[in-house]
Amino acid sequence: MKILVTVKEVAEVDDEFDISGLDIAESSLEYDLNEWDDYAVEEAVQTSESHDDVEVVTVTVGPERAEETIRMALAKGADRAIRVWDDTLEDAQFLDVETKAELITAVAEEEAPDLVLSGVQAGDDANGATGVAVAEELGFEWAAVVNHLELDADAEIASVRRELEGGIEELTDVELPAVLTIQTGINEPRYASLRGIRQAQRKPLEVNSLEDLGLDAGVVDSPVERTSMYEPESESDATVWEGSPEETAGELAAFLRDKGVVDG
Amino acid sequence: MTVLAVAEHRRGDLRDVSFELVTAGRELADELGSDLAVAVIGGDVEGFVEELNREGVDTIYTVAEGEEFNHGIYAQTIEQLHAELDPAALLLPNSVNGLDYAPAVAEQLDLPLVTDVIALEGSDPVEVTREQYGGKVEITYDIGAEQYVLTVRPAEWPTATAGGEATVETFETDIDEGALGTTVKGFEEVGAGDVDITEAEVLVSIGRGIEEEENIPLIEALADALDATLSSSRPIVDNGWLPQNRQVGQSGKVVTPDVYIAIGISGAVQHVAGMKGSDTIVAINTDPNAPIYDIADYGIVDDLFEVIPALIEEFGGDVPDI
Ligand SMILES: Cc1cc2nc3c(=O)[nH]c(=O)nc-3n(C[C@H](O)[C@H](O)[C@H](O)COP(=O)(O)OP(=O)(O)OC[C@H]3O[C@@H](n4cnc5c(N)ncnc54)[C@H](O)[C@@H]3O)c2cc1C
Ligand SMILES: Nc1ncnc2c1ncn2[C@@H]1O[C@H](COP(=O)(O)O)[C@@H](O)[C@H]1O
Repeated sequence: MKILVTVKEVAEVDDEFDISGLDIAESSLEYDLNEWDDYAVEEAVQTSESHDDVEVVTVTVGPERAEETIRMALAKGADRAIRVWDDTLEDAQFLDVETKAELITAVAEEEAPDLVLSGVQAGDDANGATGVAVAEELGFEWAAVVNHLELDADAEIASVRRELEGGIEELTDVELPAVLTIQTGINEPRYASLRGIRQAQRKPLEVNSLEDLGLDAGVVDSPVERTSMYEPESESDATVWEGSPEETAGELAAFLRDKGVVDG
Repeated sequence: MTVLAVAEHRRGDLRDVSFELVTAGRELADELGSDLAVAVIGGDVEGFVEELNREGVDTIYTVAEGEEFNHGIYAQTIEQLHAELDPAALLLPNSVNGLDYAPAVAEQLDLPLVTDVIALEGSDPVEVTREQYGGKVEITYDIGAEQYVLTVRPAEWPTATAGGEATVETFETDIDEGALGTTVKGFEEVGAGDVDITEAEVLVSIGRGIEEEENIPLIEALADALDATLSSSRPIVDNGWLPQNRQVGQSGKVVTPDVYIAIGISGAVQHVAGMKGSDTIVAINTDPNAPIYDIADYGIVDDLFEVIPALIEEFGGDVPDI
């Protein structure tokens, strides 16, 4: 059995940041493995540990910098990695869901996995859409926002729980092959061990261009165009107490006593 | 021309986002100079019609297929409705179920998709606004296409008022049962327990800013000193540091205390969904740009590990050694 995990390197914005053109200035960004994908990797690795003959392959669409993140997934137990990138992708204004889904689908068609695990959302873009778009494109079944997974490889069924709003879970059987978008909390992602980090250096990491995937530059064309980025006007007129921690704590304490919600 | 919105229901009830979609849909239909159609798929469609007949809706299409949401039935039905109505815009909810079918529908119809939209403007092209980077910035997009799919963030638009004059039509679909690859087995409620945070008058709520499980006693000591109840954002529960019944937010509990003190919580939309109805919101966060400050009434922009011990001492509590 083969599990393909989509992993994204996400950008986190510093407390103080600048906007440069249509994006946040590079100097205000730090990069990390997407939180949701961390859980997806862990779910795949745990499955490979509890079933026989499971290969875990990760796929990332991203620049060379993303290899740090990919190595993290390899250090946690994925077997090999594929990174998709080239100049056409580098030069695109941004990659919309459809484009990313096409790229990931092209890799999935090569790999022919039984299961694709992706994150519910990317922490930075938060489209919440790529996994399900890939499923449709691949002709796989799918389930979004999965917080529990039991695989019956023989029956080719994934029994999942989908986490709905308000503490309600939907119990659903999904026919394989399928794409599942993984929700945080489904497992406890491990930390990479030193041994894992060493081993990751030797695991295969293949880089594919559009041409390698049999796609042309038209894949990045999108009718959706980013026109502006800005810091939202704060709607609040929050009173911010200033001073030393003792002073601000004093202000808050006085407020709570005034409100009568706290005695003493 | 038409704008087509799809209602959402669960276990017999229409969800609020359905009525918000009517408002957003009417707004867009006015920009486009078009009609607004609303489709309701599955469940007690006849009963739902009455509630969905809100101001601004021109036509309601009822599709009597299945009881509960099944993404295969939704996708097939919407594809057929789309072929029939040829709408400019397809408006879907950015709910958990919306996440489960909107991208598939857009892909299947080969239409551009923008998710989690918080504002719409103009028609040629339509400009949509969404958030990025955890709500720290907003971005606008022009959609240069005649047809497109948008998912609309819940609780951004007001619900449409009752008293519409919509025409009701039954829409007959042709569902390929063999193509349905998922089966919904049932539902389960989670997060019960001894503490009901929805009853609390004062909530001391902790987020990822607490850093380590070993630091939780600091917040427990504050809750004790204030005689308040302890709650949290999702990562604290995901990490197993507090039980699920303490989680505030979209997938946790909706709370409306007199005072909600958000400590080391950024204010992600899914968290805010659970606490924005609090009477007074106090935020303690080192990041002055954290979205929580958009809804806070009072704030302290400082390190919680400095402020919380001082606050515990104000109320004569014992600061734990952490
Ligand atoms: C489908 C779905 C459902 C979800 N449901 C929920 C839900 O029900 N509830 C929920 O909460 N989330 C939910 N989420 C997750 C949500 O998107 C966020 O990831 C989560 O709310 C972030 O939690 P946080 O604010 O504690 O962490 P972060 O976003 O990491 O914020 C931590 C904050 O702590 C501050 N901080 C750090 N150190 C300090 C310090 N020393 N002193 C003071 N401040 C400090 C930082 O500035 C930051 O603002 C859901 C997500 C999805 C996709
Ligand atoms: N550039 C990318 N490379 C690999 N996987 C991605 C990429 N972008 C998104 N994904 C996957 O799709 C999920 C949802 O992302 P999004 O739809 O952008 O919110 C992420 O959690 C990833 O698993």
